[in-house]
Amino acid sequence: MKIIVLMKQVANKDSILRINKEGTWIEEGDLTFEVNESDGYALEEALRIKERQGSGEVIVCSMGPQRVKSVIKDALARGADRAIHVVGDDLAHIGPYKAARILAEAIQGEQPDLVLTGLQSDDYGFAQTGVILAELMGLPHATIVIEVDASGEQLRVKRELESGWYQWYTMPKPALLTIQSGISQIRYASLKGIMAAKKKEIREVQPAADDGASGAHQRITKIYFPQKTKQTQFLGDGNAKAGATALAEKLRTEARVI
Amino acid sequence: MTNGILVFAEHREGVFSKTSFEAITAAQQLGAELGQAVTAVVLGTDAALAGQVAAYNVDKVVSAENPKLAEYTPDAYTDAMERVVRALEPQYVILPHTYLVRDFAPKLAARFGKSVVSDCIRASVAEGAVTFARRIFLGKIDADVLTDGEAPVFATFQSGAYRSEQAARGDAAAAVETMAVEVGEVRMKPEPAFQEVKQAVDLTKADIIIAIGRGIKSQENIALAEQLAAALGGDIAASRPICDAGWLPIDRQIGSSGQTVAPKLYVALGISGAIQHLVGMKNSTTIVAINKDAEAPIFDIADYGIVGDLFEAVPVLTEEIKKLKG
Repeated sequence: MKIIVLMKQVANKDSILRINKEGTWIEEGDLTFEVNESDGYALEEALRIKERQGSGEVIVCSMGPQRVKSVIKDALARGADRAIHVVGDDLAHIGPYKAARILAEAIQGEQPDLVLTGLQSDDYGFAQTGVILAELMGLPHATIVIEVDASGEQLRVKRELESGWYQWYTMPKPALLTIQSGISQIRYASLKGIMAAKKKEIREVQPAADDGASGAHQRITKIYFPQKTKQTQFLGDGNAKAGATALAEKLRTEARVI
Repeated sequence: MTNGILVFAEHREGVFSKTSFEAITAAQQLGAELGQAVTAVVLGTDAALAGQVAAYNVDKVVSAENPKLAEYTPDAYTDAMERVVRALEPQYVILPHTYLVRDFAPKLAARFGKSVVSDCIRASVAEGAVTFARRIFLGKIDADVLTDGEAPVFATFQSGAYRSEQAARGDAAAAVETMAVEVGEVRMKPEPAFQEVKQAVDLTKADIIIAIGRGIKSQENIALAEQLAAALGGDIAASRPICDAGWLPIDRQIGSSGQTVAPKLYVALGISGAIQHLVGMKNSTTIVAINKDAEAPIFDIADYGIVGDLFEAVPVLTEEIKKLKG
């Protein structure tokens, strides 16, 4: 079974975000980057499917400037067999429709049996690229998947619904699944894996020239920190212990929960 | 000419979701500001369901019908909605940002060569153009989004962005128009939806909840939160990453995929406050947040906040509470 895993590089979750002078995006200069959380789980699921089947190939595909190589190398170290890097400096900021078009172009020739990706990105949070890609490639899809049974002729997947409900869906292969975080425990790269990764292929591809039909239909005009809906009383003025003492008093006298 | 606003009313086995009525509120407000008529669409097998939506102040309700719409599948829903959108040519298509809509709306938009302005929290109209606001970076930042205006514009609204009880009812029931829609091959086959084994812990009844997030750093550190919970007489809960890591069982999870709670006191320790968590606890009476990141979204809804190291604050808080309870 040939499985392609789409992985995005995003700003590190613990980053302190600062808005640029123009107010149009965050300052990226001082950021560190990491793999999008749910995409990491998508890779883990692909590796487990391959291991259960005893054969197959896991290909990781990532899009963006050269810095995304760190995501690719980490995926190869964890066990992916080879990689496709769609190279372009501005590819981190295109909308999901255009991203899906470029990805479809990059992976269509591979004729995968399964395409996996995370359910949404931690930066733009569109939650659409996977589903649009499935439509463009003519594949059936399922989103927010938390269990995959790829052993049979048909694919059987468990989807998360809201409020603790779940549902199983069966569909033919090839198919595209968007994976929910927490589907399994993510493995660490072993030293052996890190050494082996150095010999693995990373194929660079350039996105096809823009044909104009895939322009951005939505654009960000301004970003800003959300307005607070509550007037928060900040306690301790940076001193956590003093804050805790003040808080205990507030909980007794104002909130009256003690 | 394209015209009007089409709003998608979601139901599961005949029960409409609260977020559908929030979407109707959003569509009505946009319609009023833009001077455009609102049409609601219900997918199903017969017009009885559409009648429930016809009580609201909308121009008409379209009941798009096909036997293949008896149960939700992305293939059938996309085909049906594509037919409706092509027939009505609305300028805006408004949907609630539910797990069901997330599953098919991008596929629908792709049929029109575009993406969805997804998970919006607001929309405002100036000079006939709609500016949508979305949360990005897991809720840390808001973004104003303009579309090129080319119809149809697809937008989904986050749960709670508008109020369902503000959906205006009509003086008389709106007309229900039946539309038989073609649906092609449906490739996925659903089994009945189910709940996991009955949850052992019912946090919805707890008066005091101490919830931990990523900031707790290790499973051993949970003891700190447990001591605070014991002092306050509260229950332990967690955000998703803690349950994903297996540090606490899934029945302790608060948020869109876990339990929704509204205790008298909710103490969030090391929880940044992604929207998926906030929807599960934002109605708590008193919210306390302790986090080292002053910009963490949890502080947007907190009554009391401590910006600092929870490992310093929590032991002191536990001791002080013990003293006060004497």
